[in-house]
Amino acid sequence: MQSIDTKENAREIVVPGDLLAISSKKAGPGTYSEGGKIFASQLGIKSVRPDSISVVPLAGQYMPIIGDLIVGKIVDIGPSNWLVDINSPYPAPLHVNEVPWRVEFGETRKFMSVGDVVLIKVVGVDERRRISVSMQDHGLRKLTGGTVMEISPSKVPRIIGKNGSMIQMLKNETACRIYVGQNGRIWIDGELDNIVKAVQAIRMIEDEAHSLGLTEKVKEFLGSKPGIGE
Amino acid sequence: MRSMGGTPLPANVKLIDENGRRMDGRLPDEMRPLKIEAGVLKRADGSAYVEWGNNKVMAAVYGPRECHPRHLQNPERALVQCTYNMASFSVDERKRPGPDRRSHEISKIISEALTNVVFTEYFPRTSIDVYIEVLQANAGTRCAGLTAASVALADAGIPMRDLVASCAAGKVADTVVVDLQKEEDNFGQADIPVGFVPRTNEIVLLQMDGDLTPEQFDKGLHMAVEACKKVYQIQRDALKRRYSARAADEDVPPAIVEGAMMREGQ
Repeated sequence: MQSIDTKENAREIVVPGDLLAISSKKAGPGTYSEGGKIFASQLGIKSVRPDSISVVPLAGQYMPIIGDLIVGKIVDIGPSNWLVDINSPYPAPLHVNEVPWRVEFGETRKFMSVGDVVLIKVVGVDERRRISVSMQDHGLRKLTGGTVMEISPSKVPRIIGKNGSMIQMLKNETACRIYVGQNGRIWIDGELDNIVKAVQAIRMIEDEAHSLGLTEKVKEFLGSKPGIGE
Repeated sequence: MRSMGGTPLPANVKLIDENGRRMDGRLPDEMRPLKIEAGVLKRADGSAYVEWGNNKVMAAVYGPRECHPRHLQNPERALVQCTYNMASFSVDERKRPGPDRRSHEISKIISEALTNVVFTEYFPRTSIDVYIEVLQANAGTRCAGLTAASVALADAGIPMRDLVASCAAGKVADTVVVDLQKEEDNFGQADIPVGFVPRTNEIVLLQMDGDLTPEQFDKGLHMAVEACKKVYQIQRDALKRRYSARAADEDVPPAIVEGAMMREGQ
């Protein structure tokens, strides 16, 4: 019924309530400990490391973590801030002090309007899950042109790939500019045919997120003629 | 127990026959066949479909998402809001659509049962919305609904202490039986739906309709808990099958684990 194993077995799918280990290891993300035992709290893949046990989730909402690079959409404008939808249960206010321009009180509308897409990062999350975001860092900006697509946030690591290998290949093969936000939003800009191709490739990665040899499959897909596939 | 306006039980039909078998041939401690499938709806964050005997129930989960209306928000935890609804075609005589006393009650008790297992403190100010639609009813729909809802919650990636399994027990022709079907519910003497958390042996839903002696109640509760343990296994299988079906012979590549770890390290 509930499996206990201390040896390396990282590909096991676990369900909430499954006993992962009886040990003094740290209960990592996706787990909880009770009475010296560690249980899974989420549906996901069990991952055992020397000092901790965690569950890599297979589904779930995006939960902001400080330092995350995300793609947001402006949904409301105040006199000194923009309200950004970050594809999470919580809205994120972007204050005028956190943008790279000098904005007078009440003049926020002159810089960004509702519907604009921004590349921002999470700079604060408190215990009540109030979020603060910033646009003041290298590369962070308002994104003009291009298109935005959404994928399940739990699939983001697969889009990026090991050390960014997958996303690098996508960029090279499609000649598109791509930003992948940790919140599951992806901004793509380039030639229309290439954008279509990139979107198809990303959907393919999302659908087959846990199949083997995915990088090769995607590479083969990208090598085929534009417009074919799906 | 319940006087139904519908057809009475024909005189030649016995709820329990001389061999101790029930109308559909089951033994007192035998459940109806149960089939669960997870992730059946594309638009919902998580979903599950349950076929339990002649019951057909669909559950969909949305969230955690911003809680509306705002005054219901809890600054410290998420709200689990369940809506149980029976389709107008789910019963013999067309049910008038819309919420009624019974569906309000079931929504409330299922919300409370699920709140006990969800880590609501992880998502302050949000709501987790659970919708249960009964497509076909044949007694025991609240148990089927709760069973489906907890699979749908897990499928939505919501952190939980455990799954909730649910099954009913009752008394039919002075015999304590498990998982009553329609005729047994209508013409039986008692019905006890139970929601059970197998890992901690906790009961998160318990109701009783009709009357039982304390001894019969204990026996019924025990039988329902044993049935819940079987339901639990089927729930777990359904969730695992959802992801292992495609990856069965391929296995999950290590990259998905490593990619997520890169992010953890941030």
